[in-house]
Amino acid sequence: MSTQMLETARALDGFIAALFVVFALGAIVTRQMRGTLYLFALHSLALTASAIVLAVALHSPHLGWVAFITFSTKVVAVPIVLSLAAGSEIYERREVDQVLTIPMSVLVAAVLALIAWMATLPLVHAVPDRPFAAINLPTGLISILFGAFTVAVRREGVAQLMGLLIMESGAFFASVSLVNELSVIAEIAAAVDVPIAALVIGLLIRNIHHVTGMTRVGSLSKLREYP
Amino acid sequence: MSPVATHLLINLVQVLFLLTFAPLLEGVLARLEEMIQAKHGPSVFQPYRDIYKLFGKDEVVSEQSTWVFRFAPVIHFVMPLFVVLLIPALTAYPLFFAFMGDMVAVGFLMGIGGFFVALAAMDTGNVYGPVGASRTRMVGFLAEPVFMMVFFSVSYVANSTIPYIVTNAWAKSWASMLQPAHLLVLIAFFMLFLADEGRIPVDSPSGKVEIAMIGHSKSLEYSGTGAALMKWGGAMKLMVLTIVFLNVLITPWGLATTTHWGDVLFAIPKVLGKMFLFLVALAVVETSLAKLRLFRISEFLAAAFVICLFAMSVRLVGIG
Repeated sequence: MSTQMLETARALDGFIAALFVVFALGAIVTRQMRGTLYLFALHSLALTASAIVLAVALHSPHLGWVAFITFSTKVVAVPIVLSLAAGSEIYERREVDQVLTIPMSVLVAAVLALIAWMATLPLVHAVPDRPFAAINLPTGLISILFGAFTVAVRREGVAQLMGLLIMESGAFFASVSLVNELSVIAEIAAAVDVPIAALVIGLLIRNIHHVTGMTRVGSLSKLREYP
Repeated sequence: MSPVATHLLINLVQVLFLLTFAPLLEGVLARLEEMIQAKHGPSVFQPYRDIYKLFGKDEVVSEQSTWVFRFAPVIHFVMPLFVVLLIPALTAYPLFFAFMGDMVAVGFLMGIGGFFVALAAMDTGNVYGPVGASRTRMVGFLAEPVFMMVFFSVSYVANSTIPYIVTNAWAKSWASMLQPAHLLVLIAFFMLFLADEGRIPVDSPSGKVEIAMIGHSKSLEYSGTGAALMKWGGAMKLMVLTIVFLNVLITPWGLATTTHWGDVLFAIPKVLGKMFLFLVALAVVETSLAKLRLFRISEFLAAAFVICLFAMSVRLVGIG
């Protein structure tokens, strides 16, 4: 591939990476459940786009498969599974409870992003033969940290699940820039796990809602026995 | 004709462009929003008719008010005219006044207008005016750090805050347009645009309930010429911010590159075309989002602030 095309691909990947971070931030600051779900779908779409750019730039059909699998599972299947499994009443709630206020969460997110950029700088220098690692590694780590932070601060089951899925997408975003020859079987196996996890947790959340009348798992501090 | 005289004449054309088409911009936006909501909506020329009608009406001024109340509409009307002298409205090359002020000066000139309008709102003794003024100040107080961060980010990305230099820095290549820092600045500036212009989700521009108003309650006391100037000035402010967003930050193309009059005048339909596309996007955003509650606006602007911080950070760590 010519140097100019590689530069264009890197520019495009950087553009997508910026969107990837903004959508992850949106998932942290959005209070509505359905909004969070849409942002997760957009976040996954950005991951798909990055995989396509890398597949074309590195002539890697494996990454093309990654893009296809990511699109079909995370952009299409997971939102549908979660909408059906968790039930509409959970999405009609106006706002999600948080441990920290949104402005405080946003500031913490900024610090996490800076940590991710600083932490990955030495790693990027360690893999000079990977042209997209400088963009994808820090961006993926930001997404992992944002996802972990979402799990920690949100008191809502579905929002916590979004955090887990954002972490998983972050790990994928970083890994596609490092390993682009992974077997398709492994890709499919990893990808199928995601909708199954979403289904299981969605059903669990539905049951929690059925038993306690709410999904604010942060309030469930002690066990309750049936009479 | 000497180059200085040509530049001054083109500056005058830019001012006339702003004066002429600003109400049309507001009319098109209102019509588009009505059409998206499956309504017919008023004519796109309705703002012209409103302004014409208001100029013909008598003016009623409260005995309790001072000179500030009479002076504020003039400031509100004049400031966008000054701003358009500093920004690339029709030409990609700097004109006579281009280096008199940078993007910070643009914010400063807009701020003067906002300051006088807020004072005037408190001047009359009307209950809703001070409420709107204090709410606007609250939004402004939260938006100003973001504005500063946008300027810093722009100066990092383009190595300047002079609008013409920023335009040329980004128009160089697609790669420079696709920089992550550039995209993040665009997103933050768009959020600021919504907050500063009082658009949904921050404020409802078509809202008629006084108690829920933020910016629009400040002009409730005006009538006749004062109201006309406020309306026309508001439309020009919307157009100036749109020009900054489109011609400086997002699509620095379609501007005149020579001083030939044909080239300069041909830039007018091209810029209006870009504006129309932007208004369609703005109308879709406005009709698909709900208005935020007042105390949630800080969250919206905090997100814009952090996005700006990301823009600066990615630049600092050398990613883009």
